[in-house]
Amino acid sequence: MQGLDLQYMLGLVPVLLGYVPLTLGMATAGMVLALILGSLLAVERVIRVPVLDPLVVLFISFFRGTPLLVQLFLFYYGLPQVVSFLTQINGVTAAIMGLTLHFSAYMAESIRAAIVGVDRSQWEAARSIGMTQAQMMRRIVLPQAARVAAPTLVNYFIDMIKSTSLAFTLGVTEMMGATQKEAAGSFLYFEAFLVVAVLYWIIVEALSQVQKVLEKRLNRAFAR
Amino acid sequence: MIGIQGLIKRFGDTTVLDGIDLEIADGERIVVIGPSGTGKSTLLRCLNFLDRPEAGRIRIGKLELDAATASNADILALRRRTAFVFQNYSLFANRTARQNITEALIVVQKRSRADALARAEEILRQTGLADKADAYPAALSGGQQQRVGIGRAMALEAELMLFDEPTSALDPEWVGEVLDLMRRVAERRQTMLIVTHEMQFAREIADRVLFMDEGRIVEQGPPGQLFNDPQDPRTKAFLRRVG
Repeated sequence: MQGLDLQYMLGLVPVLLGYVPLTLGMATAGMVLALILGSLLAVERVIRVPVLDPLVVLFISFFRGTPLLVQLFLFYYGLPQVVSFLTQINGVTAAIMGLTLHFSAYMAESIRAAIVGVDRSQWEAARSIGMTQAQMMRRIVLPQAARVAAPTLVNYFIDMIKSTSLAFTLGVTEMMGATQKEAAGSFLYFEAFLVVAVLYWIIVEALSQVQKVLEKRLNRAFAR
Repeated sequence: MIGIQGLIKRFGDTTVLDGIDLEIADGERIVVIGPSGTGKSTLLRCLNFLDRPEAGRIRIGKLELDAATASNADILALRRRTAFVFQNYSLFANRTARQNITEALIVVQKRSRADALARAEEILRQTGLADKADAYPAALSGGQQQRVGIGRAMALEAELMLFDEPTSALDPEWVGEVLDLMRRVAERRQTMLIVTHEMQFAREIADRVLFMDEGRIVEQGPPGQLFNDPQDPRTKAFLRRVG
């Protein structure tokens, strides 16, 4: 085995760091949208709106039941062939869309379970003071469900950051795409992919620290 | 005036409320007693639709609704005319003592923040919890939690306050302070409907005591009459048992 080309690796770091904003941007946009959509899906699953409910079940089933890569290809390469206004869609948008729909399906299930786990007394107290269903959900139930769901949701965010690497298959030059190009030029595949692996790892570790702070904050009300 | 007519509640095949008729005058304080499982709590829960009655009419002030046909809007309106104190306190776990009180004032009654906060200060003082305003329920004793629960209900200025065994879940050491607070509420001639096993308390503050058994009001009257000279054999048997 030959030695690693450390100089090449060090030189690659600033190049790849330039792509961190795009990677984190896609993941953050996907996360925010998936949280909103996932919460809506979860609330629907709890209150079971007639007609809508089977559609939501189908949605969750499909997006959990098929690979993200297949979904991305379906949106980016497939849909524009049948839906004309989507011909303008770029790779970043398609990736964010795919991440949103895919992860919202997973999140919906975690959030639903957390909502159902909120004590009956909380629902009854909210009803007793005359809150509407929406007020009860938004102000009392969801915040308490968030505390339970938070660790799982952060896990999904971590998964989502790593899944943005699939966007390179849609022609998006994000961290993974940039690494691929660099490696193709230098033929130093091991070095290049090792660097990008470590970068993803550092980002995720940093996020784990944020997770600790977040959980502490969410648990504040429950400390004795 | 509050009127209840023909209130019926079933759980499956079991009839828990078997046609309750009750008139409550403004400012009247009524205590409901009776054996467990005779529908006392269910009566209270049906009056604000925490449990939905199958049939009957409920009238509070200008609001009148038929249980069988009540819309969501009717139910909200009914709940906004009543206040409920729970056996297990049921404070909002994600809100401080102060926020438990302001929550309904701001979100439901749409009062200004400043107004709601001022009201909360007043309530916290009256309930003796001024120093616990920023504490979350998990950090409060049972007695303190229930005083916040009563404070939250007081703040609503509801036409009818419902108390569902407010001291039953408390350690004995906290019962006194909660009953004291309820006495102070009663002194303001707040209309109250209270389910409790505290017979001495019932004697002191009730204008009228109802004895319920098997989903019906069996006997009712002023506490002196009902406790000292019960007429129905079931009332007599119950009062002998509870001493």
